[in-house]
Amino acid sequence: MTTIDSADSRRPADGPTGPTVRGPKRFDKPRTPQGKAARWAEDRLGIAGGLRKQLNKVFPDHWSFMMGEIALYSFIILILSGTFLTFFFDASMAEVRYDGSYVPLDGVEMSRAYASTLNISFDVRGGLVMRQIHHWAALLFMAAMLIHMFRVFFTGAFRKPRELNWLIGLGLITLGLVEGFAGYSLPDDLLSGTGLRIAAAIMQSIPVIGSWAEFLVFGGKFPGTEIIGRLYIVHVLLVPGILAGLIGAHMALLIKQKHTEFPGPGKTEHTVSGERMYPTYGMKAGGFFFIVFAVCAALGGLAQINPVWLFGPYNPAQVSSGSQPDWYIGFLDGSTRLFPSWEIRLFDHTIPPLFWPTLVLPGILFTLAGAYPFLEAKFTRDRSAHNLLQRPRDVPVRTGLGVMAITFYSVLLLSGGNDLIAKAFDLSLNAMTWAGRISLLVLPPLAYAVTYKICLGLQRHDREVLEHGIETGIIKLLPNGEFIEIHQPLGPVDDHGHGQLGYAGVPVPKKMNQLGARGGGIRGFFYPVREKADIQAELDALAAQEALQERHRERELTD
Amino acid sequence: MTHGQGSGESLTAEEAAELSPEEAMIVGAEADGIYIVHRRERFPIAGTKAERRAERTIATVFLIGFLAAVAFIVVFCGAVPFEWRLPGAGNQNYRYFTPLIGSLLGLSLACIGIGVVLWAKWLLPEEEAVQDRHDGASDMTEQILGAGTLVSGFSDLGVARRSMLKTTLALAGGALGVVPLVALVGAMIKKPNRGPGQSLFHTPFGPGVPLVYADGRRVSPNDLQPGGIATVFPGVEGGTKDADSPTLLIRLRPGQAVKARKGQADFGWGDYVAFSKICTHAGCPASLFEQKTGRLLCPCHQSQFDVLQDAKPVFGPATRSLPKLPLTVELVDGQQYFTARGDYPEATGPSFWERP
Repeated sequence: MTTIDSADSRRPADGPTGPTVRGPKRFDKPRTPQGKAARWAEDRLGIAGGLRKQLNKVFPDHWSFMMGEIALYSFIILILSGTFLTFFFDASMAEVRYDGSYVPLDGVEMSRAYASTLNISFDVRGGLVMRQIHHWAALLFMAAMLIHMFRVFFTGAFRKPRELNWLIGLGLITLGLVEGFAGYSLPDDLLSGTGLRIAAAIMQSIPVIGSWAEFLVFGGKFPGTEIIGRLYIVHVLLVPGILAGLIGAHMALLIKQKHTEFPGPGKTEHTVSGERMYPTYGMKAGGFFFIVFAVCAALGGLAQINPVWLFGPYNPAQVSSGSQPDWYIGFLDGSTRLFPSWEIRLFDHTIPPLFWPTLVLPGILFTLAGAYPFLEAKFTRDRSAHNLLQRPRDVPVRTGLGVMAITFYSVLLLSGGNDLIAKAFDLSLNAMTWAGRISLLVLPPLAYAVTYKICLGLQRHDREVLEHGIETGIIKLLPNGEFIEIHQPLGPVDDHGHGQLGYAGVPVPKKMNQLGARGGGIRGFFYPVREKADIQAELDALAAQEALQERHRERELTD
Repeated sequence: MTHGQGSGESLTAEEAAELSPEEAMIVGAEADGIYIVHRRERFPIAGTKAERRAERTIATVFLIGFLAAVAFIVVFCGAVPFEWRLPGAGNQNYRYFTPLIGSLLGLSLACIGIGVVLWAKWLLPEEEAVQDRHDGASDMTEQILGAGTLVSGFSDLGVARRSMLKTTLALAGGALGVVPLVALVGAMIKKPNRGPGQSLFHTPFGPGVPLVYADGRRVSPNDLQPGGIATVFPGVEGGTKDADSPTLLIRLRPGQAVKARKGQADFGWGDYVAFSKICTHAGCPASLFEQKTGRLLCPCHQSQFDVLQDAKPVFGPATRSLPKLPLTVELVDGQQYFTARGDYPEATGPSFWERP
């Protein structure tokens, strides 16, 4: 065993209590309040170096990167508005007689949960707007996560080294579904109670342990007296806690691995380019948070959502037509409507048809999504790390699979509202169901084939423009009477007039205007945005002024 | 240490102190492998007309945000009433409260957001920075040293040699790991179908149990017109609350007849039949009845049942017919009232594993 010198021998000569000269006085003993605060923090935390690195972190800028930001910001809005709601919501199923200010329900027997939701809507100042902001933010949260997932999928951002973040993202979407369902079940109105009844039936449908699962979750036979209280703690503590943890991990991985970016001039696999976090990117992102919040607030004030007072309290004997869940549960509603009435009966036991479209199907869908990065790596034998994104057209199989999955999902989602569609367009409901069943099987492969072809076509067009140049629209009459269109090459050409540029995974200009043939457009809404020429003119003026002053000074010296 | 040891680390503090903040920022960034490849003021000459215009515009946006926030506070604190009133009963201005505070809050937030973004886009220096990624695995020396640390710690533990400790700890840990699951499930678990009102196989209906409306009134054969329906419940304590008991009493139109299941031919009474209202698919009430065709539709997943074929499912995802309640009529004070002759012959509501 090696011995190690005692710590004392390594201590600096002057010791921790001795006077230390740490550098220039301006920094060592600052006079300004900011300086003093920085010194105070630095002496305790020693963060100057680490903080500097994080402040300088470079973020690439692309509009499609904002989807994840929207999801993050709506989560923050959900926590803020949700906290407000918890001060007034009473997650109890005890029966009360309503005596609040909404007269049409006066004297109706209802649960305290429903009564307190009415109370938030009518008797708490600003309660309705908060409820509606919360609900809209939830819809936005799910939508932003899903679209963010599409972006990551179609550009190949999930590839090594980012498979872990893909899985975390998928976990966030799954938990988001649970969180949303738990949330909109809380008011205990007729609509949400119907949703819970279906959830109970889904639990019952699990082979072998079904009725045990239902009795465990509901504390007895549906509806029991426990479920709202249990959902409440799941909704405000358990799931949001896990969501927050996973979001933290998602962000931490993003900071460690840094953003992907689209290929382009100066972009490499080993660098990331853009704006530094402090101050520019941070300001833009911070401003964008306020804009997302503004949209939620305006929706919460102007667009009514989930008017529970119109539905009435839950009653197992009642239902309203057009009972739709929130949109993100809609695909499960659709799959349930489309699935045929296939019940399996074996040896005096039953597997209800409900089991397959509500538990098995989403299980398969989420497993496939989670396995996709690994399957793709296996089939393409691509084991290298990627930091530059791909254009969807350059990976036709993946893009085709993605569009196929979205088509499948969309048929399910639309079928979740097929009664509303049938009503709006005066169609037969049964025809809608059959259309959904057939579309679900026929459209996805068709979508794959069409997407694949379109991708190839776009690829070929890119190559064609690189080889022959841009179609200028100028027709030329040759001496022999032949008409030809003049093509503008994008770069140097060989003896046959063919371009020598290769495809580099970046958009190829296809119109003369994109080459600046129009002479540069004028941007701006009310005022023209300052063009480079303006800046140059100013710089020239500045230089001329300085040169003049210099000459004056020289003359003074020589005089 | 880490990668990207640039010139910044080799400067002495005295040299660093001589740098302007901007130079220090650039040197510091380069020390972290961040290179500012392009940086230029948006307005090289301060105080030009264009710059002042940009600043004024942003300031105006912030000012609108301020006014909107003040207006929000004023409206919220009582300038507009928020208490709900019946139409025609008192001040109806509460209708404007929610839209007003929502849009004012939105406007105020939007102004701050837009102003800040414009500030960044219009006034901050134009900049393009490039950062080295240093991603992926660490360098090989680091990896070997790290692996050594892990392996050395592992061999200090002697897990490979001390298999008895390994086994016993795994046993203890494994058993303890199951404890939270047992504690939670054990606390929550309930044996299905035990206790009053807890059976999935039975409803409170039974021989002689009266049929009542939701408000407790008894149901008489004189209550319904031909083609009419009513939702009825078992007239026992808690019968109207039981989720699997709601029953649809249907009076058939003249000329309509139900083709009864085997052994259930006498379940109806006169032109009355009673079926469970709870859809056999997912448990929603199948409550949309089309008199003419005798079809019942469940609005949740659109299962359709043909009452004239004994509530057999004719479309949609439901598999089982709606169970039928055996009816009879008793005389009370010369008035006829419906009672059940027994419970449903099978379980009502959605199917489950134990159901034959």
